[in-house]
Amino acid sequence: MSTTLPPTTRLPEQAWKSEPISEPDYLRNKRGIMSWVYTLDHKRIGVMYLIGILTAFLMGGVMAILVRTELLSPSRTIMGPDAYNHMFTLHGAIMTFLFIIPSIPAALGNFILPIMLGAKDVAFPRMNLASWYLWVFGAVFLIAAMALNGLDTGWTFYTPYSTTTNSSVISATLGVFILGFSSIFTGINFIATVHIMRPKGMTWFRMPLFLWSLYSTAIIQVLATPVLGITLLLLIAERALGIGFFDPKLGGDPVLYQHFFWFYSHPAVYIMILPAMGVISELISTFSRTPIFGYRFMCYSAIAIAFLGFLVWGHHMFTSESAMAAVIFSALTFSVSIPSGIKVFNWLATLYKGSISLTTPMCFALSFILLFTIGGLTGLFLGALATDIHLHDTYFVVAHFHYVMMGGSLMAFIGGMFYWWPKLFGKMYSEFWGRISCLIIFIGFNWTFFPQFILGSRGMPRRFYDYKPEYQGLHVISTSGAFFLGIGLILCAAVFLHSLWRGRRAPANPWGAATLEWQTASPPPLHNFVDDPVVTDPYDMADFELQRDTGDYVRRPYTPSQSDGTETQS
Amino acid sequence: MIAEAQLSQGPAPHADETFRAHHFETAEQQFAAAKLGMWLFLVTEVLFFSGLFVAYAVFRVLHPEVFVNSAALLDTKLGAINTVILLFSSLTMAWAVRCSQLGQQRGLVLCLSLTIAAAVAFLGVKGIEYAHKWHEGHLWASQYGGPQAGETFDRAGSFFSVYFAMTGLHAVHIIAGIAAIGWLLKRSLRGDFSPAYYTPVDVVGLYWHLVDLVWIFLFPLLYLVG
Repeated sequence: MSTTLPPTTRLPEQAWKSEPISEPDYLRNKRGIMSWVYTLDHKRIGVMYLIGILTAFLMGGVMAILVRTELLSPSRTIMGPDAYNHMFTLHGAIMTFLFIIPSIPAALGNFILPIMLGAKDVAFPRMNLASWYLWVFGAVFLIAAMALNGLDTGWTFYTPYSTTTNSSVISATLGVFILGFSSIFTGINFIATVHIMRPKGMTWFRMPLFLWSLYSTAIIQVLATPVLGITLLLLIAERALGIGFFDPKLGGDPVLYQHFFWFYSHPAVYIMILPAMGVISELISTFSRTPIFGYRFMCYSAIAIAFLGFLVWGHHMFTSESAMAAVIFSALTFSVSIPSGIKVFNWLATLYKGSISLTTPMCFALSFILLFTIGGLTGLFLGALATDIHLHDTYFVVAHFHYVMMGGSLMAFIGGMFYWWPKLFGKMYSEFWGRISCLIIFIGFNWTFFPQFILGSRGMPRRFYDYKPEYQGLHVISTSGAFFLGIGLILCAAVFLHSLWRGRRAPANPWGAATLEWQTASPPPLHNFVDDPVVTDPYDMADFELQRDTGDYVRRPYTPSQSDGTETQS
Repeated sequence: MIAEAQLSQGPAPHADETFRAHHFETAEQQFAAAKLGMWLFLVTEVLFFSGLFVAYAVFRVLHPEVFVNSAALLDTKLGAINTVILLFSSLTMAWAVRCSQLGQQRGLVLCLSLTIAAAVAFLGVKGIEYAHKWHEGHLWASQYGGPQAGETFDRAGSFFSVYFAMTGLHAVHIIAGIAAIGWLLKRSLRGDFSPAYYTPVDVVGLYWHLVDLVWIFLFPLLYLVG
């Protein structure tokens, strides 16, 4: 498929001519299924994670479509109320625990982090592989719940319902417990890698922002996930043995469960969004061809979000805690908007006077900024005590977190996939169809979820199977948007598959980025670099020049006359 | 800490490259990574137990009389014996690390064996306590059938839920520790460790001290509040 590109996009226009490669790349250095089963290579583990989470995303997506289809009309459309409860619960649980949490860190992060850092691998490759297997086992237990008695608690497993329902809560929570260990292993690995494996010259403040965001994410993974682990263990003990921590009949406290659960699950929201912010920082800078604006503040704000994320869990229980606690949690919730605002304004300042090329990853990045801003601002409505009384447990909440999680994290994940795709598989994709898919996803997304803000503010409660006829119009709009969104995602998948099959070979550095992963071959060799990479400013792209014949950006040879600083202002 | 004078005759610490993985520049870097990794893991362990400590605090604030009365049902003598046993095992573990750093092969094997023996003894005492509680019906909330379950503190089951959850989770960690120290023992009998390579002994030692430390908190919180 040939694509015609506007001249401003600076994309490679000719096929890449093969160059002698001194080492086989990571996909070809060993063959056979066993070379994948036992691999300790972070790149292969990243690819295995990618396959796993995309499968989970497909399952969760199909469930979303079924849920939306059911909501086309009040009462029964295609399934009964029990099936509906199982469907939205598994949609939430699969999307949260199997897809979004591992998506950017475990799949893209695993692949990119060591290379971006200039290391040969993560600090603990065996633990890395173990984390993938744990993910698979966790997924099996979680999905087994579907085959057993289903799961109808909602993804939050709130007690006392979760201790009394006859659906397969134990299997599902055991799955999530195992998935938690998978996430902890990734977190420990990333922190140790960033601390210990940085090569000479890679100082903390020369790390690309994607690494900063993965590092802050890893801190949350390590500090928050164990609390979920013990919570779910106690929930299992509650169901299996009647231990009575959460069951009021046995002297327990169901609200204690909610505190425990959200002590993990609110920070987990930042596990989902922080890596996405890191991806966006890379994309915005690269495709504006300007260094990121306010680099240090971007680093600090990532850490600040990770820190503040631990202090806001109480905003999920505004109505079941003291008024004083609610006021404090509301104020702390508002404080998260400061570092988030820093990030959004710095991205905009990076775009300012940049040489913007609207490549597919950039289209996703720009969509992210808009959708994340809507998601973030509507979060303030919910964090404010007075408005929350009206809006809580309505579709407004559903729309809000989908704007952040899907409009934010998923858009960044897909944008990152397009951005690093040439590095992952050594193939270019169709820019034209990539951009079309972005447009459809963007329109479909807003079409699906914007009406839900209105539904929620008019009082449509979340998770309800049946509803009053006056809500039907907006539900129909939302459902038709969901179908359109589904078409966009299928098209996006088709672009990737087509690229694997028919894509042009990718040069080492198709985007002219200055971070280290672009200074090695696409796909990289087993040990990532043939020669030790030279660590420079990660956002100084002025030295890279497009080779028209290969489509590759190559560092300009050093000559004193060119280093007068005439090219570096932005 | 390593005694510099003694080491100056022997090989430098982390000089043994036999066990260096390809992706580390030096064996020293590998040691640093392993140590940081273990510390991070211990952080997760602390947070894992923290849920139970918070639950303990909440229930005790809500029903202080239940805790005072129920704690009297525990056998303080057995708890104290177990505390001494675990403190002793921490000493032998620390000693094992020291032996590996100094290249004292026999001392290393002896210390690791003593640590395992102490851990097994701890579980034995714990088993006696559990059997006694089972016999008396002092069980967790839904199974509680102790004779004292009456008007005065009918929530004794809540206390025993906390007791069994905390000590049970701790016992699981003891068992994991026995497995890890057993692995060290196997490797030390094979002669893997020397002043030039003792990373596994060091990091498993850290883990063992944390397991010990958790008990140091559990003992007064559960046994001595009455």
